[in-house]
Amino acid sequence: MVRELERRTHGLERRLRSWEGFLLGILVVVVALNAVVAPGYLSLPNQINLFQLSVEKAIVVLAMAFVIVSGEIDLSVASVMGLAAVVLAWLTGQGVATELAIVVALLVGCLCGLFNGFWIAVIGLPSLAVTLAGLIGYRGLARLLIEDRSIGGFPQWFEDLGQRPLIGPFPLALIIFAIMLVGATVLLQSSGFGRYVYVLGNSVQVARFSGVRISRLRFGIFAMSGFVAALAGVLLAARLGAVRGSTAEGFELDIITMVLLGGVSIFGGRGTMPGVILSILLILNLRNGLGLANVTGNTQTGVVGVLLILSVLIPNLVGAARTRFAREQPAAVAGPGMTQLE
Amino acid sequence: MPRLPRHLRPEQLRELTLVLIIFVVVAFFATQIEGYLSARTFTRISTSVAVIAVVAVGQTLVVLTRNIDLSVGSIVGLVAYFVGTMLSNDPTIAAPVAVAVSIGIGAALGAVNGLLVAYGRVPAIVTTLGTLALYRVALVELSGARTVTTDALPAWLLDLPRATLISLGAIDVRPLVVLAVLIAICFQLGLRYLPYGRRLFAIGSNPEAAQVAGFPVERDVLGAFVLSGALAGLAGFMFLARFGNITVTAGQGLELQVVAAVVVGGVNIFGGVGSAIGALLGATLIDLLQQSLIRWLQVSEFLRDAVLGALILFAVASDKVILGRLRTIGVRARRRAQEVPVAPEEAGHGA
Repeated sequence: MVRELERRTHGLERRLRSWEGFLLGILVVVVALNAVVAPGYLSLPNQINLFQLSVEKAIVVLAMAFVIVSGEIDLSVASVMGLAAVVLAWLTGQGVATELAIVVALLVGCLCGLFNGFWIAVIGLPSLAVTLAGLIGYRGLARLLIEDRSIGGFPQWFEDLGQRPLIGPFPLALIIFAIMLVGATVLLQSSGFGRYVYVLGNSVQVARFSGVRISRLRFGIFAMSGFVAALAGVLLAARLGAVRGSTAEGFELDIITMVLLGGVSIFGGRGTMPGVILSILLILNLRNGLGLANVTGNTQTGVVGVLLILSVLIPNLVGAARTRFAREQPAAVAGPGMTQLE
Repeated sequence: MPRLPRHLRPEQLRELTLVLIIFVVVAFFATQIEGYLSARTFTRISTSVAVIAVVAVGQTLVVLTRNIDLSVGSIVGLVAYFVGTMLSNDPTIAAPVAVAVSIGIGAALGAVNGLLVAYGRVPAIVTTLGTLALYRVALVELSGARTVTTDALPAWLLDLPRATLISLGAIDVRPLVVLAVLIAICFQLGLRYLPYGRRLFAIGSNPEAAQVAGFPVERDVLGAFVLSGALAGLAGFMFLARFGNITVTAGQGLELQVVAAVVVGGVNIFGGVGSAIGALLGATLIDLLQQSLIRWLQVSEFLRDAVLGALILFAVASDKVILGRLRTIGVRARRRAQEVPVAPEEAGHGA
């Protein structure tokens, strides 16, 4: 029994490792191709530029990984990004100091997250429905505030933060991302909080019987997701210099794709932060490479859509093929119970 | 006393409540907007409900099986554009051919979703989030940013949404509205009485049990996606007839309204509970609110998305809290009825 368990966890570990290895392999190929096609691709300025164009999404990906590992989903992140950016711009337009407006925008994001969390954790509603309502509702609030105008007019220092390098060649958003990346990796992979997130994602029953405070945990995860989305929205406003009602619309597709491609299971409980980071790097480099090859942004979105489906389909097909192979072998390898568990 | 919950299933109570809310909303706006209770209001709202309702009925089938189809908005847009281009290039194409092509394209796109979900075992939300983007990308690439315009379309198509099928007093009932209602009724009956319809409920209530019971789960889920796609294709045709001018963004965001309609209509997002009539009523309520809010001067028209979001939350929460309690009462009543040993026939009747 113990041996069997050991073998199974070993198999799982191997599979996870191979998924990350797979991502790394593709990443190397993509980067190598790009470097051959475009000289100077690997230079630091180009890499920073490439990262800067999607860094806000990458920041939200880090929080979304926690949400999905815990077995939930947050479809409202792009709308929270938009709402935070709109609140910031609107308050600035009303003459409020930008520093204060930033704090309010972040608080609004937190409130959105807490609002989602309340319905999911306390009332027990499915996160898919709640955050779908959030996706529509928060975007509606943003539109209500800004109607069909485009608001800019941020102070110079704020736009500089978004557009100019802060320390050395690195802009603020990139530094924030790097810090959060380390924090998120430690938090998910080696803290008690991270363990709880995995337990919750694997089995709500087990989590409950192990004394995990489920609703508090869910509350925390969604509040974090809202806060991080708002932070990303503020950074986006700083980079763009102007905000409209449709700012960040549709970002949830890219964000969820990056998390799932990183090997995180949509059913929760599986996936690692290193995988997610590799998948962020892969998608950014891929989009950039496609751009270099004169592929339009529209087609790039299509490629991301295909990737999203393939990232789940391929492991499934491999698994099915493996099961069939195991079944064709005489019972020496495993009994029928094992094949079912696979 | 326990007679009422036993004979009125919670789902039916939900539908009755929706009808009641619709009446209350109409009565409210009648006091707020001048000339609201007119034939024109009915025509305008009913025509716009028709498109959403048809897609929502298809979505109901998918959601019943514990899946979701987010790609419907892109299917509607793709079909509207493709059939629009086809009719502009050759206005002699007969109406039935155009409708058949619409349904066919929709069914094919739905089949792609269904194959991936049922046989590829890719979760529905992942699959249809992907195809939502893919189908839209296909539309943008195929169109080359050109648009379909009304003046190139044949006259019969443009007359279709303005024709009157039946006149009830001053109220004209449009053919598209009749079509939507007929579809909702047909699917309601199918879900209730056909073996395939009952299997969809079984799969959504407990997929493992359905598998063990020997139901063709994969085939049935595939069928639900194909039907959802086919109805979205038909809705694409209706969309084309209604608007005439089709750009590459046609139908964008429609999936949100449709899912909202289905959820408000009492279809449980976890599968196994819901009805086509509920979806029709949900679509009606949502569209009624949206169309009326635009005309209500007290609030900004930009409020309607916020209202829609709140409505979804309210619907899901009331489902969870109120219907959950009603269901336990109903189950208890039934159990009590079965425990009485004297009247076995009546117990059988109740169950």
